[in-house]
Amino acid sequence: MTKLRYERPIISKINAGVPDKFGMKTSVETLNQIDTVPVKDILEQYGSPVFVVSEPTIRKTYEEATSAFTSRYPKVQFAWSYKTNYIDAVCRAFHKLGSWAEVVSGFEYQKALNNGVSGNEIIFNGPDKSDEDLKLAIENLSLIHIDHFDELYTILKLAETTDKRPKVAIRVNMNTGIYPQWDRFGFNYENGEAWQALNRLMYSEKVDVVGLHTHIGTYITTPNAYSVAISKLAELATSLKKKFNHAIQYIDIGGGFASKNTLKGAYLPGKDTCPTFDAYADAITGALMSANFAPNELPTLIIESGRALIDDAGYLLGTVLANKRLADGRRSTILDIGVNNLFTSFWYEHEVLPVETTTQQTEDTTLYGPLCMNIDVVRAAVQFPLLQKGDKVAIRRVGAYNMTQWMQFITFRPNVIMIDEEHNTHIIRKAETNATFEAQEVIPEYLKS
Amino acid sequence: MKLKKNIAISETGFVFDPNSGDSYSLNSIGKEILELVKLGKSKSDISFHILNKYDADEFTFERNYDDFIDMLKHHKILENE
Ligand SMILES: Cc1ncc(COP(=O)(O)O)c(C=O)c1O
Repeated sequence: MTKLRYERPIISKINAGVPDKFGMKTSVETLNQIDTVPVKDILEQYGSPVFVVSEPTIRKTYEEATSAFTSRYPKVQFAWSYKTNYIDAVCRAFHKLGSWAEVVSGFEYQKALNNGVSGNEIIFNGPDKSDEDLKLAIENLSLIHIDHFDELYTILKLAETTDKRPKVAIRVNMNTGIYPQWDRFGFNYENGEAWQALNRLMYSEKVDVVGLHTHIGTYITTPNAYSVAISKLAELATSLKKKFNHAIQYIDIGGGFASKNTLKGAYLPGKDTCPTFDAYADAITGALMSANFAPNELPTLIIESGRALIDDAGYLLGTVLANKRLADGRRSTILDIGVNNLFTSFWYEHEVLPVETTTQQTEDTTLYGPLCMNIDVVRAAVQFPLLQKGDKVAIRRVGAYNMTQWMQFITFRPNVIMIDEEHNTHIIRKAETNATFEAQEVIPEYLKS
Repeated sequence: MKLKKNIAISETGFVFDPNSGDSYSLNSIGKEILELVKLGKSKSDISFHILNKYDADEFTFERNYDDFIDMLKHHKILENE
């Protein structure tokens, strides 16, 4: 006699008339393959947990984003925001598609060079550029986006010592109706500081003011904020034209487009509220077209979108370590994925899915990571199917900021693999081992015996 | 281990506790076990029955059974001995 399929016994209290925050229960969704590669095979081959990056998804998302802009505006250039995910293979996938590089440190700048990006296609942002970094960027004709007056004067000084003319832009911060206003970066528009900085640069005659830059914030769900930003930058450009007869080459609108992840506390899922690339493109190019640029002096539009381009391409796969009852009877499930790897669980309610399930039954569950810390919570409350120790899970949309902001705590950072266009898998960052740490640490002689 | 008095288990797996007014839902295997508990069957009887009928290993079932019983106690459907 063949036996019936087993499912664990469960009893759950019915809270009549109190609709769950997560809405009515729908059928349990599973994620058992990525780009046709079985998730189980990936875990078997590369261990658990493991990050997976889908190159086909990178390409698809990139094409969607670029065509939204190029169908509306003639001169568009994307620059891959390294901090979002600077694993070399990921950066190269973007460069292969035509992206320049956007970097914010000497470390990232070197990475871009090593990834074969030519100096004049590297945008150097951020408040922390050493004199050495700046010298190199000036030599390479990189696009230096000045953050503050101290940097501005350093560049003017360095310009005296070289025959290269530094290519510079200023970063501008402004009120676009977005809260919080990121006023700690760059020069303020409303109080005249940005205009003052531009004047100082123009009068120096030692540098080429090639562009204007802003980055108004991140996870911006109101495209109209970008129209406001473009109008203000265009206003500065028009003033440069009027006063100095100088036309800038580009306007860099930064990044900040939302991804389809759900922010903590949001009532609706991110995939329902995230504006489309078309909506952002409409707002941005509409404002550019209605600004006062002569048709032969239209600036190139540079976009430094990060999370919106890579979040969907990243997955984190892992394993159930144990189930437990909390003191109030709620179920908790411990995963081998914690906030050390999934840094973004501090602000997203990530979608955690079983790789396979034999049941449609779910229970109100807290998903914990394996760290010995109370803050190690992947999901505080989620309707989750009844998985057992050893069962596999997959977390969606983890491509942005995790593989750069992850913490090395208690255990190693895992393998990162990439699935290519032919659906082959490749390790793109090796899991750390004890040897990784031994290579970095130095034991003083007197502690050796 | 004893079910509290007056606890009603419906055909479809609903449980009503008239003492508290609370109601609960069971999955089908939960309902099966609760009915066996109601008949006064022991843990080993229940385990024997389930393992014969379903494709599960002994340790997994024991682990799940204990958890289930704990939840019945937590919801005060079982008397605490
Ligand atoms: C200057 C700059 N450009 C681009 C980005 C990418 O932002 P996002 O991932 O929100 O698109 C950032 C992120 O902080 C940034 O600081």
